[in-house]
Amino acid sequence: MRRTGTVEIVHPRYLGEALCLVADGGRPLAGGTDLFVRVRRGTETAPCLVFVGELEELRGVRETEAGIEIGAAETHAEILAHPATERFAVLRLALRTIGSPAIRAMGTLGGNLANASPSGDGLIPLYLHEARVRLVSIHGTRELAVEEFILGPGKTALRQGELVRSITIPFPRDGAQAYFRKVGRRQALIIAVASLGALVWADDGVIREARLALGSVAPTVVRPRAVERALVNRPLTVKALTELRDALSSAVRPISDLRASADYRRQVAGNLLLDLASG
Amino acid sequence: MTLRFRLNGRAVTVEAPPGRRLLDLLREDLGLTGTKEGCGEGECGACTVLVDGKPRLACLTAAIQAAGKDVLTIEGLASSGRLHPLQEAFIATAGVQCGFCTPGLIMAAYALLQENPRPTRDEIREYLAGNLCRCTGYAQVAEAVERAAERLR
Ligand SMILES: Cc1cc2nc3c(=O)[nH]c(=O)nc-3n(C[C@H](O)[C@H](O)[C@H](O)COP(=O)(O)OP(=O)(O)OC[C@H]3O[C@@H](n4cnc5c(N)ncnc54)[C@H](O)[C@@H]3O)c2cc1C
Ligand code: FES
Ligand code: FES
Repeated sequence: MRRTGTVEIVHPRYLGEALCLVADGGRPLAGGTDLFVRVRRGTETAPCLVFVGELEELRGVRETEAGIEIGAAETHAEILAHPATERFAVLRLALRTIGSPAIRAMGTLGGNLANASPSGDGLIPLYLHEARVRLVSIHGTRELAVEEFILGPGKTALRQGELVRSITIPFPRDGAQAYFRKVGRRQALIIAVASLGALVWADDGVIREARLALGSVAPTVVRPRAVERALVNRPLTVKALTELRDALSSAVRPISDLRASADYRRQVAGNLLLDLASG
Repeated sequence: MTLRFRLNGRAVTVEAPPGRRLLDLLREDLGLTGTKEGCGEGECGACTVLVDGKPRLACLTAAIQAAGKDVLTIEGLASSGRLHPLQEAFIATAGVQCGFCTPGLIMAAYALLQENPRPTRDEIREYLAGNLCRCTGYAQVAEAVERAAERLR
C-alpha cells in the first residue's frame, strides 16, 4: 500500500472461497503487520491479497482434551486475554513482548508463524511446547510439527494454495517454570537481537527436564538439544549454568546483520542462559 | 467498492478501492487530518485509531478491514465543543509540543484507559511504548494520562 496506490484485496466470507483464491495465487492477509510493510517497500509481488483475518474457521481458542487449539487468525491480544492460555505461561510471556498494544491487537499467531522470522517471538513458545500446525487447502488438510513447518528465514512448508488453519499446543506436564527474555536494541518495539525461552522442570532445585528455544541466533528458532540434555540433573544455579554457557554459544549459528554481529549474538545467547537461575 | 462503517459515532458510506489504506481514506477521502502519518510502517504510532474499541495503526490497515466496524479518531473525542479530559490533560502538562505525535498518543492512551482505568506509571509507559515522540519527555505524557485517568473515574 504505497501512499496513493492501492493493492488488490479481496474479502472472502467463507473458507472454501478463500482457499480457491489462494490456490489461484492470492496471498493470505491476516493482521497485515508484516505484509503491509512488505507491500509498502515493494517487496511483495502477489497480484492479490486475500483477507483471511475474519474467517470463522480460522478464529477462536478452544480447549481440547490434550491441550488447546488456537485459530491462525487469533490476534496476540486475544490469545493473551483468553482464559485457556493461562496454563501456557511461556506463550503469554512471549506474546506480551510483541510490538506495541496496537501491533498485538492487529498481528496474529498464524501470521507470525507463516512469516517464519528467526526473531518471531510467537514461535519460541511453539517450539518449546512442541506445537503442531494444521494446514488446509482445497485438496484437504494436513498437520506438521512446528519444527517441520518452519524451513528457514521467511520459508515454510506451506504449499501454494494452503492456509494455516490452527495451531495445537499440548498441555505441558505440571510444574514447569516458564522463562522468556529478549535482548534488543531499543526500548520500544524491540525486535530481538537474541531471545531465549525456556520450560524447566526442577525438584528441590535440581533440573529434571529443560527445554530451551533461542530466537534470532540462527536461520530459524532453534532448540539446542545437547544443552537441554546436559542440563538434566544439574542444579538450577548460575554456577552450573555457567559451565554450559560456551556449549550454548557454540550451538547457535548467528548471522551478522544491521542489528548485531554474529559474535555479539552468540555472547548474548550464552548470557541469557545464566538468567534462567534468577528468572 | 462501497464501504460502510461507523466513524466517530456516525454512519458513513464511501467509495474506495478496497486496498486503500485506512489512513488515506480518513485523511484524504473523508478530510479527517487529525490522524497523522509518521513512518507509514507501524513503528511510530502517529496513525493510531480505535477500531471496535481496540488500538490499530491506520497506516497498516486496509480500508476493507474497517468495513462494518466502529472507527474512532481523535476528531471523535471532543463532545459538544468540550475537549476530552485526555486532551485537556495533555495541554495542561505540556505533553504537546510540535503536536505531531499527539493524536496517536491520545488515542493509544484512550485505549489504555478503556482497558485499565487505573494504570500505574509503568503500565502507562509500557502501553505507550509504540508511540514515538521526539519533542516531549515521556514524563509529561505519563502525567497527562494519570491526570485524565483521575478525572475520568
Ligand atoms: C512495529 C512492528 C513491531 C513488531 N514487533 C514484533 C515483535 O516484537 N515480535 C514479533 O515476533 N513480531 C513483531 N512484528 C511482526 C508482526 O507483527 C508479527 O509477525 C505478526 O504476528 C504478524 O501477523 P499478521 O497477522 O499481522 O501477519 P500478516 O502481515 O497478515 O501476514 C504475514 C505473513 O503470513 C502470511 N499469513 C498470514 N496468515 C496466514 C494464514 N492463516 N495461513 C497462511 N499464511 C498466512 C501472509 O501471507 C504473510 O506472508 C512487528 C511488526 C511491526 C510492524
Ligand atoms: S504512521 Fe503508522 S505507525 Fe507510523
Ligand atoms: S510533541 Fe513533537 S513528536 Fe511529540
